[in-house]
Amino acid sequence: MAEHTETKYLPNYLEYQGKHKGLLGWLTTTDHKRIGLLYFYSMMTFFLAGVVMGLLMKFELISPGEQIMGAQTYNGLFTLHGLTMIFLFVIPGVAAVYGNFFLPILIGAKDVSFPRLNLMSWYLYILGAIVVLSSQFMGDGPPDTGWTFYAPYSLKTQTNVVAAVTGAFILGFSSILTGLNFVVTMHRLRAPGMGWLRMPLFAWSLYGTGWIQLLATPIVGITFLMVIAERLLGIGFFDPAIGGDPILYQHLFWIYSHPAVYIMILPAMGAITEIIPTFARKTIFGYTAIVISSMAIAFVGYFVWGHHMFTSGMSSTSRWVFSLLTFLVAIPSAIKVFNWTATLYKGSINIQPPFLWAISFIFVFMIGGFSGLVLGSLATDIHTHDTAFVVAHFHYIVFGGTGFAFFGALHYWFPKMFARVYNTKVANIGLLIFFIGFNMLYFPMFYLGLIGMPRRYYDYLPMFHNANILSTVGSWILAIGLIIIIVNLFRARKATGKIVDDPWDGKTLEWTTSSPPIVENFEEIPVVDHGPYEY
Amino acid sequence: MSDEKHHISSYLSHIMVLMGLIVLTVITVLITSVEMGPYNTAAAMLIASIKGAIVLLYFMHLRFDNKIYGVMVAIVIAIFAAVIVVTFFDYLYR
Repeated sequence: MAEHTETKYLPNYLEYQGKHKGLLGWLTTTDHKRIGLLYFYSMMTFFLAGVVMGLLMKFELISPGEQIMGAQTYNGLFTLHGLTMIFLFVIPGVAAVYGNFFLPILIGAKDVSFPRLNLMSWYLYILGAIVVLSSQFMGDGPPDTGWTFYAPYSLKTQTNVVAAVTGAFILGFSSILTGLNFVVTMHRLRAPGMGWLRMPLFAWSLYGTGWIQLLATPIVGITFLMVIAERLLGIGFFDPAIGGDPILYQHLFWIYSHPAVYIMILPAMGAITEIIPTFARKTIFGYTAIVISSMAIAFVGYFVWGHHMFTSGMSSTSRWVFSLLTFLVAIPSAIKVFNWTATLYKGSINIQPPFLWAISFIFVFMIGGFSGLVLGSLATDIHTHDTAFVVAHFHYIVFGGTGFAFFGALHYWFPKMFARVYNTKVANIGLLIFFIGFNMLYFPMFYLGLIGMPRRYYDYLPMFHNANILSTVGSWILAIGLIIIIVNLFRARKATGKIVDDPWDGKTLEWTTSSPPIVENFEEIPVVDHGPYEY
Repeated sequence: MSDEKHHISSYLSHIMVLMGLIVLTVITVLITSVEMGPYNTAAAMLIASIKGAIVLLYFMHLRFDNKIYGVMVAIVIAIFAAVIVVTFFDYLYR
């Protein structure tokens, strides 16, 4: 455990006063760490709003019939829940917060390659969020299409689809610019001696993510513009009544939105890959295999989008081709899981909250992954398509994957980011309650889907009642766990205590600098002469 | 970065490229009046690709840059082409 380094005084990023002070100093900052925190606070706000929406929906489903909202309100709410959670939380997610904060430090740089562009990305994110949320209050009511905006319904509905897709379009720009910034930073700003195969694996995961952001996001941007053009100008891209093809919309949408799952999950996997060796006190097993698997997931992930469309009327040849490709992506994902578990083998395991989050991630991600095989397989997908099974699956992947990794990474890097230590006992209790609530909320939905409960309805048949009660109660338990976790971290943020630079005995570069890091991260740019996880 | 050489394009070459892009745009519009069935789309795509290539090579300096950037752009275009091919695979077999 290294003591706080005391040499010459250099201001840390929290207390640094530049040209502007206070709030204006934060809003005009180009320091990657402050921008990471700008993302963190804004994303947490949207996340908590999304959680409240989810709780309201689960409460509506506690019993058959109308409880607290009617069909149209429920439709608007699940659309807004999806838009908020997908576009405002999980897609920027781990990359925007921890990528911004830690990527330059992990590779021994002073900042990202384009600091001003980085700040602009955050402003675009906020602008996009405002435009998306304005769709709730302008025009003829909140969009009721679901976050997927499927044509031709998104072209026909009288609700305010144009504002929502315009907001998503702007958010896409934010994502592209962040991806570009990270890719260029890794190409140009690695510290002397840090070859590609000495880069920490979180950085590698951001590299794969950056390329997906760059290559896939423009496609959904153009698709949203086509929806706007069709709604406003009547051009027949997707509406069969005027010569369009609705399946083309699904192709274009999922060409982006399936790789977007990897935009969410790759940095999450990267964060877990940082946590595992630190708490196993052991070099990561199969560094090169993990690097290759990250890039393989990024690459193969481009060609599996059709598995969202098995029941859409797509050609049968395409269906089996996409099914085959979908099964291929399981291979690099499994390689990661095997490498994490092999790293734990014979390790000196230090059971701390970040480690417990990491192994919880592996557990829930495995359930999400295996249930994905049911949906990737043609015959079983026909049975489970558009049922609660799909909702359970993607919440295990997206919330169980990105969400668990987000909180795991927060508990891992919290002492570095804020130079504060949280109560580990309370953190563990919070995680345990959260974990129980999570599984109680989502696991019954697998069962509900298998017995035929469709998704996206505010009402259901009495035969689905019992499992829905279980699921709703699970949502309350999850919320209690979440409150404990957040209050614990909030109290730690306000607490005063001993400042430690390396509380976990980590070996990557962020643990060699002070807590919190100084403005340009290092007193001197480090020279790297070994790999990132040498124990 | 300061020790790297930067190619500075002449005004003449920029104007030539601009003229080329305008001519190709006019051709794109004119070609819609020639009835070629599905080949109208192919022609429009071909012209758009040529325009894109000119912008990449001259305005974005790919022609004068390190070869590695050309390779990276080629990989990106190959992935995009593969995505298009896989999409049209559906239409071919539907």
